[in-house]
Amino acid sequence: MDKIETLDALTGATREAVVHLLYRMADDELIIGHRNSEWTGHAPILEADIAFSSMAQDEMGHAQAYYEILHALGERDPDTLAFGRKPREYRCASLVCLPKGDWGFSLIRQFLYDAAEQVRLTALAESSLVPLAQLTTKLRGEEKYHMMHGRTWVLRLGNATTESHAKMQAALDRAYPHALGLFEPTEFDETLAQAGVCTREEELQKQWESAVAPVLDDAGLEVPDSARPVFGGRVGKHPPELAELLNQMQMVYSIDPAAKW
Amino acid sequence: MSAQTQNSKPTREAPASEKVGRSKRVKDIWNVLQSVTDPEIPVISVVEMGMIADVRIDGDRAVVDLTPTFAGCPAIDLIRREIREAVLSTRERDVIVNVVYDPPWSTDRISDVGRKKLTEFGLAPPRDCCVNGVDTLEKVECPFCKSTETDLESIFGPTLCRSIHYCRACLQSFEHFKSV
Repeated sequence: MDKIETLDALTGATREAVVHLLYRMADDELIIGHRNSEWTGHAPILEADIAFSSMAQDEMGHAQAYYEILHALGERDPDTLAFGRKPREYRCASLVCLPKGDWGFSLIRQFLYDAAEQVRLTALAESSLVPLAQLTTKLRGEEKYHMMHGRTWVLRLGNATTESHAKMQAALDRAYPHALGLFEPTEFDETLAQAGVCTREEELQKQWESAVAPVLDDAGLEVPDSARPVFGGRVGKHPPELAELLNQMQMVYSIDPAAKW
Repeated sequence: MSAQTQNSKPTREAPASEKVGRSKRVKDIWNVLQSVTDPEIPVISVVEMGMIADVRIDGDRAVVDLTPTFAGCPAIDLIRREIREAVLSTRERDVIVNVVYDPPWSTDRISDVGRKKLTEFGLAPPRDCCVNGVDTLEKVECPFCKSTETDLESIFGPTLCRSIHYCRACLQSFEHFKSV
């Protein structure tokens, strides 16, 4: 596979496909980062508060790094991309849009999301697009602590008490169909795969299922067998909660988008 | 590019950057970067942190490549500005500070002197970055009493790069620079 050494070397259909891929990844990171930040000051214990706040900071940092690549590819500047778009312009999956729910739901969501991110970053570290491979190699190292955190809590709460188990199972039942939506096929998958930029979504999904299944099993949790993926996010169709989240997140920015901070 | 590179005004003193060789200029920039510290760990310089990937002279301009510790590090813009100011405090008149991800920063890039300073600061230095699994955070050596009878309290700490531990020997909480 020929390497694409610089962003400038991206052209035509490949360039368009890379832009779409970056929007998907950046928007997922931004929105789950915002959801995680809703635990700042509200988590059950101080360490949990710090954990979700730190993970929020990581995800938003990653979103910013992706938006910067998009900007280098001719899209608007990172702040405008984060704060200046309408809901239908976002390409995030429904999983990240859902309200934070109880702490168990946020934990399960983050666990499923981080595992998906790990699979995608691992694939992208081998990407033919060199600047993306370099960035994702870096980001993957940071994610390992998210995985440790998620795994630790999923195992503990899945196996602790009848109540904690029931809450975690209910959270998994709710989150799983949305997590499958992280791998929504897009019209760009074939182009990305052919160019060696990113593995096909269906292949990533298989890797993800193999990664989460043993942990869920050890936690005594059952993957809902009739889970039907919730699609739509990658083409801008979102649950109403995204618009509510954006209203809040963009409130200050939209008062004066040109303000200097 | 700028008036400094032209000789249209022979009476004006040539900038100092034209009087010394490139290797000397590069060496002096590395030296001045020793004065720029990570604002969250003010005892250790960006050089000792391994954040400076490259220093070079491109024409009349100094170029510094900065490889960030964490992509989400809120201090990056501040560090870039401080690097810029530090370089401009030398003979250099023009500097560009790039953020690069190649080489990717890892805790293995922290120098031996840097590790010693982290310990003196009360922050247990990172271990080998290639170790995976939660045991990478178990039995971290206490920076105060050197005991390894320590427990992991929290994977996440006051900054993105730190975890929180407790030493059962000297009964102190301490922070550890996580390996990435």
